Amino acid sequence: MSDATTTPRSRRQARGRYGRVSQVVTEIDERLGVARGGRTFLDKIFPDHWSFMLGEIVLYSFVVLLVTGVFLSLYYVPSATVVTYHGSYLPLDGMPMSQAYASTVNLSFAVRAGLLMRQMHHWAADIFIGSMVVHMARVFFTGAFRKPRELNWTIGVTLLTLAIVNGFLGYSLPDDLVSGTGIRIAYSILLSIPVIGTYLAFWIFGGNFPGTVILERFFILHVLIVPLLMLGLVGAHLALLVRQKHTQFPGEGRREDNVVGSPMFPVFMAKTTGFLLIVAGVIALLGGLAQINPIWQFGPYEASRISYAVQPDWYMGFLDGALRIFPSWSFHSFGHTIPLEVTIPAVVLPGLLFGLAYAWPALERRVTKDNAMHHLLDRPSDRPRRTAAGAAVLALLATLFVASSTDVIANFFHVSLNTVLWTMRVLVLVSPFVAYPIAYRIAKEMHALHGAGRRKTPNVVTRTGEGEYRAEPAPAFADDAEVPLAPTPVPDFIAEEQPAPPPRGTRTTDR
Amino acid sequence: MSEHRTPVSLRGLAADDPHLQGAARRPQLVERVLALSLLVGLALVVAFGACYWTNAAPWTLGATMGGGLFFLGVGLVGWGKYLMARGPFVEERHPLASAPEERDALAAALVERGGALVKRRRVLGGLVGGGLGAFGIVALFPLLRSLGPLPKGTLFHTDWRAGSFAVDQTGRRIHVDDLGVGSVVTVFPEGTQNTNRGQAVDQTILIRISNENFVTQPGRATWGPQGYIAYSKLCTHLGCPVGLYEQQLELLVCPCHQSMFNATNGAIPEFGPAPRPLPQLPLYIDAQGFVRSQSDYHEPVGPGFWERS
Repeated sequence: MSDATTTPRSRRQARGRYGRVSQVVTEIDERLGVARGGRTFLDKIFPDHWSFMLGEIVLYSFVVLLVTGVFLSLYYVPSATVVTYHGSYLPLDGMPMSQAYASTVNLSFAVRAGLLMRQMHHWAADIFIGSMVVHMARVFFTGAFRKPRELNWTIGVTLLTLAIVNGFLGYSLPDDLVSGTGIRIAYSILLSIPVIGTYLAFWIFGGNFPGTVILERFFILHVLIVPLLMLGLVGAHLALLVRQKHTQFPGEGRREDNVVGSPMFPVFMAKTTGFLLIVAGVIALLGGLAQINPIWQFGPYEASRISYAVQPDWYMGFLDGALRIFPSWSFHSFGHTIPLEVTIPAVVLPGLLFGLAYAWPALERRVTKDNAMHHLLDRPSDRPRRTAAGAAVLALLATLFVASSTDVIANFFHVSLNTVLWTMRVLVLVSPFVAYPIAYRIAKEMHALHGAGRRKTPNVVTRTGEGEYRAEPAPAFADDAEVPLAPTPVPDFIAEEQPAPPPRGTRTTDR
Repeated sequence: MSEHRTPVSLRGLAADDPHLQGAARRPQLVERVLALSLLVGLALVVAFGACYWTNAAPWTLGATMGGGLFFLGVGLVGWGKYLMARGPFVEERHPLASAPEERDALAAALVERGGALVKRRRVLGGLVGGGLGAFGIVALFPLLRSLGPLPKGTLFHTDWRAGSFAVDQTGRRIHVDDLGVGSVVTVFPEGTQNTNRGQAVDQTILIRISNENFVTQPGRATWGPQGYIAYSKLCTHLGCPVGLYEQQLELLVCPCHQSMFNATNGAIPEFGPAPRPLPQLPLYIDAQGFVRSQSDYHEPVGPGFWERS
């Protein structure tokens, strides 16, 4: 071996212009051919808008869920076997309870950082579904679901469904008094489905309630099957986002055929990684400082016991509210019963709502006859009817959510439960029909404010040097004017060292 | 070079350029603030380690870890937002759709290579399709059918029999002298009080409503000996335990969705979403004074289902 290959300098030269990084890139590229694609990926442009951050909250709370969930699964025992508790939480000492409940109390009190992880997991789940709903509303009101993104909308609605199901499954696992009652209600809802209801309930629960297998089944569904499905769908959701590129709001230099924003590396990477840390940090703060679901206060589940003034997690609220206010209409005839008082609010209503969500892109295309590609987003005021429809559904969901607290409201305000019940019935029925015209009106007015709507295209009148007046039509929206892009300057610390004062002008940053 | 250093010096850009964001005008200050945030983050993350090591209270773990991650995140976001090249950069959006010829070529390949094959050998195609389809249906049997038993008649009966002793949760038989007027107790048929099925299906609420024989409905003349009446504790709405007894109003209340049943007239629902009265259990008091059931409930207990008539 010659000396030339062993001196430090020659080794550096052999590695290429960028030293060790060049070497690693070369090694990988020779095997996988990643250089061109990798460069394109690092150059990928992400449009900047605060509302595009909502989906990131969803993604990062999902990350927190996965990490804290792995921790919890190491200590939780999915078993209904009855044990006598002798742990560090004295009020429960000597009580018989399921192993599932005992292990949950133990991981909260006896495992170091166990309570933090459990509360973070619960908070992350609530934030996960909450940010998902807000993200979905953003996509809806800005028309981001339109062609070519209908498939990603469908994946998103499926993810929401799975998230709600998995939230309920996880909420049930500790086998405490409150969640056990929730499972009992879920069983009764299954029973209420005509014709196949009893079979479904018996197969899912392995027999009549409570069965013996439900905790094991819920456990494997909650920690493996549903998360696996969700992981796959999240991957597909993001892959489609990369493939189809992000939508953007209209504005300076933004057209249907370009994307304006910051590059993936380093700007977006820095901001989004920082945001992951912020989301995880806020969840950890909540998990450490704000108590959630203190199951040791509820006690272990016994089918003949019940607690008072309890509500499910917030994302189940609309279902619980619907069950509370629906009248007691049961159908008995021809030797059969259809418990409409359960089937309609708990099976038909969510079926209709999610069916509507799935069908919306197709429905809207049918009404508007708009089959074009859309990469520029709508402002909510651009589409008053869509905005009003979305507002109506949100109003319905919000009033149903409030209806899940009828007893608490009656207690708190010292009003009769009957008054609260009837008020909520009226509000739930009326609110969508009030929200629709109000949202429609506001959208119309805002649209007109922009200089469009019923008004004509505005003209800009200029006077030439010869005193001649010239009227030229101007774009309806100030933002829609074609303006050449002006780069936003950024501080450059290398330039600071330069002795000569910099010449005036603008610097164009290349990517 | 002047003595006075401009707060920011950009290649080709004056410090008072109107394009500059307020924060970018003084990058040294921004850098210092971000460094402070990162430093606080780092300190808190280390503090988290210390708290964990010393097994400190759970809230300190959350506060140090959450605060640490939060401040690190703020520093990183600020670095990306204020001190990195922001553009705007432009990327062209190329249409995803392929050329029409390529699309035709794909369709042609599918139809001519695949479709033609199947058309020529219809029988084979049918057999493959039929076989896989049949397997799809048959495969449901182990997957679905093995999950649990068929409901059969199990939803129509409880474990109350003629002569079952009513016992409380601890297994003690209820004696006629045990309850005063206005008291309630949850009872089970003897032997089931600690079983899943006893807890979930057989649970019954025993009320002493008076000292006299109590008749709730015509045809139930003997069901309430010496003022003891018993109703299924399963709400007919969704099966929650009807766990509250309003003694003054003689109402049984379900805490889940606030159905209220009148205990005096056969538990007819007076309020809420429950559609049916709670089934009543016929009782008698034996020679020793123990409360026992005359028979099972005369109708299925709990929420409604399709097979219920």
